[in-house]
Amino acid sequence: MSTDTIIRPITNSLTAGKLPKRSPLWILLASWVVAGAVFLVLQVTEVADGFNVIGTIVFGTVIYLIAIYLLSRMVEGARQAKDRLMTALVASAFIISLVPLGSIIITTVTNGLPAFLTPSFFNSSMRNVVGEGGGVLHAITGTLLVTGMATLISVPIGLLSAIYLTEYGTGRLARAITFFVDVMTGIPSIVAGLFAFALFALLFNDPGIRFGFGGSIALAVLMIPVVVRSSEEMLKLVPNELREAAYALGVPKWLTIMKVVLPTSVAGIVTGVMLSIARVIGETAPLLIIAGFTASMNYDLFSERMMTLPVFVYNQYVSQGVDSQAYVDRAWAGALTLILIVMVLNLAARLIARIFSPKFGR
Amino acid sequence: MTTTVAATTIKARQRPGDRVFSTATVVSGSLILAVLAAVALFLLVESLPAFVAEADAFSGETNNFMEYVGPLVFGTVWAAILALLMAVPVAIGIALFISHFAPRKLAQGLGYLIDLLAAVPSVVFGLWGITVLAPLVRPFYVTLTEWFGWFPLFEGPVSGTGRTILTVAVVLAVMILPIITAICREIFLQTPLLHEEAALALGATRWEMISMAVLPFGRPGIISASMLGLGRALGETMAVAMVLSPSAEVIFQLLTAENPTTIAANIALNFPEAHGVGVNILLATGLILFLVTLVVNMIARVIINSRKAFSGAN
Repeated sequence: MSTDTIIRPITNSLTAGKLPKRSPLWILLASWVVAGAVFLVLQVTEVADGFNVIGTIVFGTVIYLIAIYLLSRMVEGARQAKDRLMTALVASAFIISLVPLGSIIITTVTNGLPAFLTPSFFNSSMRNVVGEGGGVLHAITGTLLVTGMATLISVPIGLLSAIYLTEYGTGRLARAITFFVDVMTGIPSIVAGLFAFALFALLFNDPGIRFGFGGSIALAVLMIPVVVRSSEEMLKLVPNELREAAYALGVPKWLTIMKVVLPTSVAGIVTGVMLSIARVIGETAPLLIIAGFTASMNYDLFSERMMTLPVFVYNQYVSQGVDSQAYVDRAWAGALTLILIVMVLNLAARLIARIFSPKFGR
Repeated sequence: MTTTVAATTIKARQRPGDRVFSTATVVSGSLILAVLAAVALFLLVESLPAFVAEADAFSGETNNFMEYVGPLVFGTVWAAILALLMAVPVAIGIALFISHFAPRKLAQGLGYLIDLLAAVPSVVFGLWGITVLAPLVRPFYVTLTEWFGWFPLFEGPVSGTGRTILTVAVVLAVMILPIITAICREIFLQTPLLHEEAALALGATRWEMISMAVLPFGRPGIISASMLGLGRALGETMAVAMVLSPSAEVIFQLLTAENPTTIAANIALNFPEAHGVGVNILLATGLILFLVTLVVNMIARVIINSRKAFSGAN
């Protein structure tokens, strides 16, 4: 008795039913070429004027999504096809989010650079300037004063609260503070400005009050929760052994915190403070409300209107004068300055965190 | 023979330094709560005159505060929801890409890249929205009305500048992407590794693993991240004020020249020129915005905190 055996060529069962390794890449390129060809035909037949690069990439990607799904479904089956489709979608979500970032940076640099490179931009104010010329000195001074004062207010309060939350607080008060600090991070910036306005309008009984210190208060309201959160995280990272060692030597608690806990975490705290400055330095709405705008220098936080950099950008764009291009150029140059300041603060903060953070493990 | 020893509790000697220091921390902690209460209190006191204001204090056909603030509340919620509808799917995609798809070494750098988007000041977003985005999307809007004009939301005629509520919603969506992404990423990374490995070991594809293990685990996180994003979108001021050409009415059409405006943008545009009871009216709208965002944020935080409580159990 014998059974018929069918002789088949040996196939590699591990790679059978799979698309070749680099196939997604080739299919993507092919889809772009196809879409590009369609748009080229449109251009040659003069249906559309000019070659549409954005259209090519967008439609090419759509073709790719369909192609990879169908091909994979034929070769690998429905489940793998869905996996490949979702991988492509997730990756394109990421790419999509980079488009506005790139676009913002490129337009700001190209539009802002001409006025940014003018020498007068950084050494003059807008006083008596109509049309071209003028500069941003008064706004930079205002931003530094207002933000500096806000930092002076919010760092002690924020740091002490963080110390309370990590070292002292256990009960209901600590839980309430943690919760409301989180909630406070979501306060709209304009509400902070309105609060500062309402506070000082009532205090000084002046319904049209505008001054720089009010802006500092508004920014401090926005800044405190950020400082608390970041410092709290950093203080929690300090190993308990260090505290216990200090207590065992008979060091009082407050000295332990001052001499052991804070020095250990100072790099992280500085990073957090810089990031929080970077967050509030670009705030426009509260300063528009309470600090107002002016074209002149003002070094006094406690009287008269004070210009700040974000408000300068807004004001230049919104109230364009006769020579409107000069105003738009100044607005973009101001925006470029602002972005540079924020980016430098961010990078410096991350560098500090990387260089000075305590190295755990051995 | 037994001796009873009095139970002694060891107490550290109270030093003046300790007392001063701990008092200082308690005071500054409580100060934060006091500030939050003060925000509500001062806004309320200053906005009382608005609630009883006469009809001639309002411009146009509005007669009382409720009629004035109604369309503004609509515009605020409408713009925020549109932004959220666009931002949430993209943000989940980005978060998944960074947490589960991108190569490990790249992941952190890619995270920074998205965080950079949060570092761009809102006034720059406003400038970009007017000069780059609005002209860019206008041809697209024209096509949209030609093809889908029968659908009420896309009725024409298209705004000549492209500065419509839909453009604003796109800008807002870009602005709230980083916060939603950051929280989703955190939550997705907290998925118990055993769940993921179990799914993969049973032969699931990567997407099946994500939809079976990661997404169900992260659902509360996604909801609360969306609500935090909603809070940001509700309160965003400058981008809306600069990009939108407002007309303070209840309008659902997305692409026309007449658009509902938001509370925050309305305040920013009118506050510099406001005087008398007009200031109080704007402060009262600000109070309403504060209360709405406060409630949204509190709900979001409650959801996140309840998640924290049992994610440690894994």
